[in-house]
Amino acid sequence: MERLDFERIREKVAGKTGRDYWRSLDELAGSEDFFAYLKAEFPRQVEALEHVDRRQFMKLMGASLALAGLGACTTQPPEKVVPYVKPPEELVPGDPVYFATAMPLLGTVTGLLVESHVGRPTKIEGNPQHPASMGATDAITQASILGLYDPDRSQVVRRVDEILSWEAFQAALTAAMQAQTERGGAGLRILTQTVGSPTLAAQIDALLQKYPGARWHQYEPLARDNAVAGARLAFGDDVETLYRFDQADVVVSLDADFLSSGGGHVRYARDFIGKRRLTGGSRDMNRLYVVEPTPSNTGVKADQRLALRASRIPGVARALAAGIGISVAGADAKDAAAAWVAAAVADLKAHAGRSIVIAGDQQPAEVHAVAHAINAALGNVGKTVIYTEPVVARPEVQRDSLAALVKDMQAGKVELLLIIGGNPVYDAPADLDFAAALEKVAMRAHLSLFDDETSRLCQWHLPEAHYLESWSDGRAFDGTASVMQPLIAPLYSGRSAHELLAMVAGQGGAKGYDIVRDFWKKKRGDAGFEVFWTRSLNDGVVADSAAAIKRVALRADLASALPKAAAAGGSSDLEIVFRPDPTILDGRFSNLGWLQELPKPLSKLTWDNAVELSPHDAERLGIVNTDVVELELGGRKVQGAVWIAPGQADGVVTVTLGYGRTRAGRVGTGTGFDAYRLRTTAAPDQALGLVLAKTGDTYQLACTQHHGSLEGRNIVRAANLEEYRAHPHVFREMGEDPPSDATMYPAWPYTGYAWGMAVDMNACIGCNACVIACVAENNIAVVGKEQVANGREMQWIRVDRYYVGEPEDPEVAYQPMFCQHCELAPCETVCPVNATVHDEEGLNVMVYNRCVGTRYCSNNCPYKVRRFNFYRFTNYSDKSLELQRNPDVTVRSRGVMEKCTYCVQRINHARIAAKREDRKVKDGEIVTACQQTCPTDALVFGDINDEHSRVAKLKAEQRNYAVLGEINTRPRTTYLAIVRNPNPALGEKEPVA
Amino acid sequence: MSVETGREYYGVSQVPPEIIGPGQTFETVTDRISQVVLTRETPKGWFIGLGIALMLLMVFIMSVSMLLAYGTGIWGLNIPVGWAFDIVNFVWWVGIAHAGTLISAILLLLRQKWRTSINRFAEAMTLFAVSCAGLYPLMHLGRPWLAYWLLPYPNTMGMWPNFRSPLLFDVFAVSTYASVSFLFWFTGLIPDLATLRDRSQNFFGRTIYGILALGWRGSARHWERYETAYLLLAGLSTPLVVSVHTIVSFDFAVSVIPGWHATIFPPYFVAGAIFSGFAMVVTLSIPIRKYYDLEDFITLKHLDNMARVMLATGLIVAYGYMMEAFMGWYSGNTYERYMVYARIFGHFAPAYWALILCNIIIPQMLWFKKVRANLAALWVISLVVNVGMWLERYVIVVTSLSRDFLPSSWFRFVPTFWDWSTFIGTMGLFLTLLFLFIRVLPMISIFEMRTLVPGAELKEELHEAPEASR
Repeated sequence: MERLDFERIREKVAGKTGRDYWRSLDELAGSEDFFAYLKAEFPRQVEALEHVDRRQFMKLMGASLALAGLGACTTQPPEKVVPYVKPPEELVPGDPVYFATAMPLLGTVTGLLVESHVGRPTKIEGNPQHPASMGATDAITQASILGLYDPDRSQVVRRVDEILSWEAFQAALTAAMQAQTERGGAGLRILTQTVGSPTLAAQIDALLQKYPGARWHQYEPLARDNAVAGARLAFGDDVETLYRFDQADVVVSLDADFLSSGGGHVRYARDFIGKRRLTGGSRDMNRLYVVEPTPSNTGVKADQRLALRASRIPGVARALAAGIGISVAGADAKDAAAAWVAAAVADLKAHAGRSIVIAGDQQPAEVHAVAHAINAALGNVGKTVIYTEPVVARPEVQRDSLAALVKDMQAGKVELLLIIGGNPVYDAPADLDFAAALEKVAMRAHLSLFDDETSRLCQWHLPEAHYLESWSDGRAFDGTASVMQPLIAPLYSGRSAHELLAMVAGQGGAKGYDIVRDFWKKKRGDAGFEVFWTRSLNDGVVADSAAAIKRVALRADLASALPKAAAAGGSSDLEIVFRPDPTILDGRFSNLGWLQELPKPLSKLTWDNAVELSPHDAERLGIVNTDVVELELGGRKVQGAVWIAPGQADGVVTVTLGYGRTRAGRVGTGTGFDAYRLRTTAAPDQALGLVLAKTGDTYQLACTQHHGSLEGRNIVRAANLEEYRAHPHVFREMGEDPPSDATMYPAWPYTGYAWGMAVDMNACIGCNACVIACVAENNIAVVGKEQVANGREMQWIRVDRYYVGEPEDPEVAYQPMFCQHCELAPCETVCPVNATVHDEEGLNVMVYNRCVGTRYCSNNCPYKVRRFNFYRFTNYSDKSLELQRNPDVTVRSRGVMEKCTYCVQRINHARIAAKREDRKVKDGEIVTACQQTCPTDALVFGDINDEHSRVAKLKAEQRNYAVLGEINTRPRTTYLAIVRNPNPALGEKEPVA
Repeated sequence: MSVETGREYYGVSQVPPEIIGPGQTFETVTDRISQVVLTRETPKGWFIGLGIALMLLMVFIMSVSMLLAYGTGIWGLNIPVGWAFDIVNFVWWVGIAHAGTLISAILLLLRQKWRTSINRFAEAMTLFAVSCAGLYPLMHLGRPWLAYWLLPYPNTMGMWPNFRSPLLFDVFAVSTYASVSFLFWFTGLIPDLATLRDRSQNFFGRTIYGILALGWRGSARHWERYETAYLLLAGLSTPLVVSVHTIVSFDFAVSVIPGWHATIFPPYFVAGAIFSGFAMVVTLSIPIRKYYDLEDFITLKHLDNMARVMLATGLIVAYGYMMEAFMGWYSGNTYERYMVYARIFGHFAPAYWALILCNIIIPQMLWFKKVRANLAALWVISLVVNVGMWLERYVIVVTSLSRDFLPSSWFRFVPTFWDWSTFIGTMGLFLTLLFLFIRVLPMISIFEMRTLVPGAELKEELHEAPEASR
């Protein structure tokens, strides 16, 4: 205990007026010991909560009372208890209103229509007018609404351990900026994620002009560094590459997962699948070649897939180029690759101008450059490959940008660091040691949705407003601009990046609305601005704002400019591949329970990432699923549990990013392991020289599907295109449906509507967007890892994944499975209390209030699509989550069975609207939540009594069949079989029988 | 009086001499049986036994409290395995409950006099087993407090239960069985309750037994009415013996699940129930006859007969298994074939082969008279059969659910602590009731045993003579 300094105490007391209580003499003296004691005795509530076992929390849902109390201290959205005297226009209580906005992610935005119930946004849907959405979204976008209501979001401005106000921060900032003004901002650094917002870019530009010594850095772990570097290598310039999959008959993907990543993947998926849609008599399909080290959703759709080490893919790219006639060195078309390359080259040549070669973001710059060269040589540029001006504000290789910042920080050149979004302490490359460098900065502030790892190491944490709470703008993958409008006033004291930057620029208190509006006003001019503004907000897109087409020419010396071909790993060498996680991306969404519990498309794992190995490697190393292994790369070590991935290339170990967070919140903290600890600036995507060692431990992984084999059953039907062309009825012959009189019960008369659904499995890319859309629409509970491991997940949609063929390179089939609404439903006859009954439109209706929970219906369901509330799974304690819930859907309690309802609330909504106008419900008027969000239009719902409806037409297709039709359940949901289009030159691969 | 002299006829069936020990008279029969309740000092062993039973009952109460507080999630259930220990134990207890009524009713109608010394005891066991069984369908509900919705009663919801559901059949079948069994048991008790009333040394005994005896005086008219009622109840119970387990088997047979959907289930379930019921009677009667010196009343002949019944029903069950497997294969149905395969060779093979061992192979030892006469061997075999029959239900319920149509939904079942504690807890309930029964009611029918005493026939003739002359 340090000696009390009575001199200091007297000084302090002398300076005070009024009653200012002090806790002890130590406090008055402001001694270090006192603060240490205080911290130990009263750790901040958030910290205390971190020690609550997440699983236990999810199970018992009780531990959060403390947080509910905390929530009570903050501003809740205003509640009006008096009816409106003058009701707002178009607001009918009970009827939702939709507003257009957009979600920013990785520098681009996706246009959305957000459903709002009496002022609270409840559900996100795609904006049909937006080029990146076309009405659809992906799973992450669907889940982002949960982020708005996340009870763990940071709610207050914090300085070290003190809760302060924005005004206090502004005062501190103003003081710091004054010091910077004198020095031209030499000590000021701003670190952002990829900036795509034109307004934000303009603000930063203005700031940099005012403070010429200041620097702006960008970093996020999934930045498209390789694409940027590749374009510079090929063209010596920054360009954005757009692909017209709707124009391409042959697509060759060099490890590009274009169906699930990148700003335009929702649109690309729609375009790509559109070229292989076999409906309405079409018998034509595009052909997809994929070479990849680790299976992806794009690889699943490939007609010719080649699993290959990541380190060999540059060689394969060069071999393709050589085949096309570009002289490059280092071509690698050995063994397995030889036939694949030859077939792809022949197909590309035959489809010059109608083909695409696309390089993956994880592939080095040279692969991108080679792909550009091949597209140019094939004459694809301008037809299927479009080059435009860059869409993001400043394209750059962000890992270099961050490295430069770290260098400055270590050199002590940085005095004031503003980190706007992002979480570099967690996700910066391990070799930079960002955290240590950060400590050298005198004043550091972090604007973030969560008080996370980075916030912890900054003196100031500033709560960020969620994108649904703030004004902003952004550009789609093709440059189309959108103005983002808030759906709700900030729930807590969050502010947007625009407002923070205004504060830095000395315009403290400027509102996001004014900043964004002023930017556009300046850009568009006053004339007709109001019309422009209103229209842009209404439509969700700024008309005619797509990026301009850019004429670029390949460098003449490209072949010699390419780096020398790097050595590929030998057959027993292990290499590591870092991938974004298919559910929580780079970790920023790790506190979203919906995404944590979303089964990953291929592994069907939830709540954790895994060390993925090929079956052959696992056997060679004597490793089985859930074994814990230690990965060592360049002296850095991390431990994780193994999951064997069929279709993985031998010698490749895949780890996904985003897990192992330490301050993610109650949901995300402690899930999985942190793969960033192995990731370096030199090898951010893949690296050779991995050492893998068994530790002897095992770790529980929660998987939702344990059997991937079809066991010879005709559940998934598939054939090759040639076979389908020759015998269109091939799929019907794969099963046998009983005659229509094979039942004891009289047939139901359906005089009005008869609802049904058709699922085109050929279009399904396994992206899981439907699963989350369903969770959001139908108030489905998150149950936690322990419960998932015990087979109690609650999602109404299950995307079944089946493997056919050799485990080294299997064919994969996705089959979305949900209540089939059987005509002769086995569940209906066995419920003793009539809680699940048939309605006059053919719906199998679940009456929650009547259910006593015998679970007999689920036992007797051949599709096992019913979900049971074994505990009280619904979270009743975090009040903010209640705001998200759909008021049209009952929240289920303990002991009740639930299942897909075909979104009966949407059916009723349309039926009431039709009745009021005295007409029938039109085809397409009812869109179920899953159908609405499906990027590839694989799900179609409608009235099967109406033979002109889309669903009836699909059901008349030759590919249509009922799963388990032979047991006479007569499901209302039927499936359209999978057709693959392999290159006949590569020989027949056995199709799914 | 020696064993060999019992050659007289009573009715149409011969009274086998071995079913009552030598030297017993009316007096000794009444004394020996009623002293257990009235005069004999309560043995220490009884207190120890009841103590253990009560401890297990506490386990049961704790388990049910947890269940009500948290939900069925405390068990290892999941989707697809929505039923496991709950229904396994339900069927197992219901099966055990079959012996009592079978012994009392069917053997009465068939004039098998040897039933007399075990029927009271077996009926009590039936009632207690039905109580245990009946709790499971209530406990297994997600919302047990709404269990009454399964009953057809006029209500403001205007709702009627679904009469197509086998679970509803269960409600009627089990409740009818429980009430008829109780009536049958109670009716049979009335003359003995009167005996206890008359012999009771204290006020409470006289009052309580007096009330329960319903004013029985033993007059000829009483006897005549008693016989009529007893016979009628026996006739009423007889179809129930067959119907209860038939209907329980409908829970499975009516469904579409491979491994459940089988027409052989009703007869095979009934045989299985009798098999396990007799096994349980043997399991309980061997120690009790020894401990309470009742070897003269529950003789080796009884045990031998029960062993024979076990052997016969065990063979029917074996036939059921064979046909189940054969039909699975012969149907040509992919799902059925896979189910048979999965049980015999797959993941569940250990459980399946254990049940074959317990239910088919080991009981074959009962062919040998020496084994049937060896109490230790018989007792072990009866225990093995109890375990085997539990495994049978486990295999049927759990394997079928965990391997149904879509491989994507296949999943395992792992019982939790609470699964076991609930099961063991119901054993506590069963044993508690049994110990109390032994202590407060005559565990063997006194008056019926007296009809077995040599010399009883003479009296019968004397009684009949005047009637005949009338």
